[in-house]
Formats: sequence, structure tokens, C-alpha cells
Amino acid sequence: MKRTGRLDLHSHRPALARLDRRLFLRGSLSVGALSLLTGCNLQDGDTVDRVLWAMSRWNDAVQAWLFDPNRLAPTFSPKDITTPFPFNAFYPQDDAPDIDASDYALEVSGLVAERQAWSLDRLRALPQQSQITRHICIEGWSAIGQWSGVPLRAFLERIGADLRGRYVSFKCADKYYASIDMATALHPQTILALDFAGGPLPTQYGFPLKLRVPTKLGFKNPKHIVSLSVTNTYPGGYWEDQGYNWFSGS
Amino acid sequence: MTARVSLHPPLVRVTHWVNALAIGCMLMSGWQIYDASPLFGFRFPAWATLGGWLGGAIAWHFAAMWLFVGNSVIYGLYGLLSGHFRRALLPLRAGDVLRDALDAARFRLRHRDGEYNAVQRLSYVLVLLFGAMVVISGLALWKPVQFQDMAAAMGGYEVVRRIHFLAMAGIAGFIVVHLVLVLLVPRTLIGMILGDRTAGPAE
Repeated sequence: MKRTGRLDLHSHRPALARLDRRLFLRGSLSVGALSLLTGCNLQDGDTVDRVLWAMSRWNDAVQAWLFDPNRLAPTFSPKDITTPFPFNAFYPQDDAPDIDASDYALEVSGLVAERQAWSLDRLRALPQQSQITRHICIEGWSAIGQWSGVPLRAFLERIGADLRGRYVSFKCADKYYASIDMATALHPQTILALDFAGGPLPTQYGFPLKLRVPTKLGFKNPKHIVSLSVTNTYPGGYWEDQGYNWFSGS
Repeated sequence: MTARVSLHPPLVRVTHWVNALAIGCMLMSGWQIYDASPLFGFRFPAWATLGGWLGGAIAWHFAAMWLFVGNSVIYGLYGLLSGHFRRALLPLRAGDVLRDALDAARFRLRHRDGEYNAVQRLSYVLVLLFGAMVVISGLALWKPVQFQDMAAAMGGYEVVRRIHFLAMAGIAGFIVVHLVLVLLVPRTLIGMILGDRTAGPAE
């Protein structure tokens, strides 16, 4: 039997939700905004949209200029650690991906000399560094945690990455993706974290590998990383592509 | 007999209206950001917010901040260098504030064009201080690592969040009173638009 063109809205809901967010300013024209932008109709949201995106790119440049590669994020003592540490993702905690440690390997690509994938044992064999720092969410809340792992600078040097590349990008097992500027990637406190609070990363905090960047907001700290790439092509990010400011430095 | 009464210099009027737009964007987008993770036991209603969702609100907040800060710098330098602040806001004496406040409570306080009473002076000084507070705490929230000394001086990130909220509340409270007074003495609105007015007979 031929099906007439009935649209199954349910199966498209996630895509529609994202489209809705993407048009974040058109959707943002609340009563207040309309009263401020006198005489505008909804189509004018496109102009406002472009201005805000341009301002966000300007803010990227200002933040890159403000970023001091030698300034360390404040560190805390073990008694300051927030317990329980809040779970945060774009899905509920039960949906966090279960990854089998035995067949896990971190893929590396892009402007790097050695493209061999990294098992957890090999990552753990590299020198590790520990930090107790404040994780600041773009929503405003913050929590102090302890992470340890491989300094990203040491890892990039180890794989012969082109350190003049502009971006380091990450893909994750939960379909999340993120990218940071090279200056931040080389910051002494930016680490590929394997441990949280003294033990292997629990599933909800990003097992088996998470980027810990205390000089950026929480959403720039991807979890469940499965691949890393050095590139000069702007890679964007899961939230950035929907409108979050890309640099989002602290 | 009529006379031209000069009320507000052109620069004060221009920066006033730019500020009205900028502070409106900052407050409403700020309330949307607050709603993403409320500090206290309430949320701002959606109709009072700007941005539609957290990402949109942050885009507004960090775009409008340039307008707000740029405009404030122009106004602040003018106010300090031209003597406008000194002439309009000083002297500020506790005794005068008390006297004018009591008169206002008994509806005896007269509005005098071109001159602020002591309660007005105090409230303008306070809102300038709240403005400075909101900018300083805002910078520390935006860059708690790069400007960590500033954040630490205010008690650390979580304290700074509350200071930023408090300064916002001070400004919002000022705006409410400010608008009520404009409703009570509507001709002050003309003065802020046109700068002067032809004084009529004493009212």
C-alpha cells in the first residue's frame, strides 16, 4: 500500500529541536526583545542573528588576546572538592556511553607525524599530572574536582603534532565533539584526563578519556574522547555550532 | 515670564538613552542566563528575558556588554572631567538626605528642574556605584582565571556570582523607582529627550 506523505514528526524531533536552537535569535524575539527592536518583524531576526554571531567572533579574538599562556588557573586543596560532583551532559546520566577499556584506542589524525592509535595502557605509561581545579559551567554553577592524566602538550609533542596548527579537535563516543585553540592546548594545565578523584574516570565523568581544561568553560571539556585531530580548519563544536561562544575562556 | 531652563547636556542625554537600551539588553539577557542555573529559589519569567535560550542570552549579554561598557566609559569620563558629577551630585550630606526623604514621605518634596534633591543625589551616586560593581564583578565572572586576582579579592568565583546578582538588583531597583518618578513628573521625560524646556509659571 502506498503511503501518503505523512510526516512522522516524532522521529524528526531531535533534528527539529536543533534547528530551533540554531535559529536561536529568531526564536529569541521575546516580548522584551520586540519592544526594544521597535518596528521589527520576525524576518529581521536574521540581521540581529548576524550581528550577534559577528560579536561572538569578535569576543573570540578578544579572549584569545586576553589569554595568558603562562597564567595558571587557581588550584585547591582536597578538602575543597565538591562531592558529589555534578553530572552534566546533553543527555541523562543513564545514557552515558559504556566503553570497553580492552578494545579502546585513541585515534590521532591531522597535522601529526605519528598516527598510531593509543591504547589506555600506552596513555598511562606516559608521565601523568594531577590537578584540583574549579570546573565552571556556562550555566553559571561551578564545582571543584580532581583530575589527572597526560598533559596535552606532552602528548602533542610525543605524536609529532604541528604545534603551529590552529586547532585541536576532539570526537567523542557520545556523538559530542569539541575543539580548542592551540595556545590553550599547550597550556600547562590542559590535560588528557584518565583519572578522576584518584581512580579511573567513572562512566558519567567521561570514561576512559576526558579533556580537562581549567582555563575554559565546562562544555569545552569533552568526555569519552575517541579521536583527536590537529587542524587548521575550524572544527566547531556540538554547542558552538548552535550558538555558544567558541573560545569560552575563563 | 518665561525662560529657557537648561536641564541635561547633550552628551548626558545621548549616553542616557544608549544606556537605557544597553542596560535593558544586559538585564534581560542576564535574567535568561540566571534561569539556566538559578542562584536563589526563583526564576525570571520568560517574557522578561532576552535570548530565547542560554546560548542566545549569552550572545546578547556579551554583545551588549561592549555597548554598555563603552557608553559608560564615555559618560564616566565626561562626568568626571567636565565637573558634571561634582555639580549635579555634590554635596551629599546625610542630614539633607534625611530631610528630603521625610519631605518626600509626606509628599512635600517639590521637584525643581535642573537641580537634584538630596535623595536623588544619593540614588544617582548609588546607581553609579552599582554600575561599577556590576562591571567589575562581571569581568571577574567572565574571566575568573585571567582576572583571578580580582575574583579572589571579591571572595572567589561563587561569591562574585552573588555580588553580580546584588549589583544587578540594585540597578533594577533604581530603574523601578526612576520610572515611577518619571510617571509622577512626566515633564522630566521631555527634559531628557530635548535637553531643555521653556519654563512656565510656577506650578
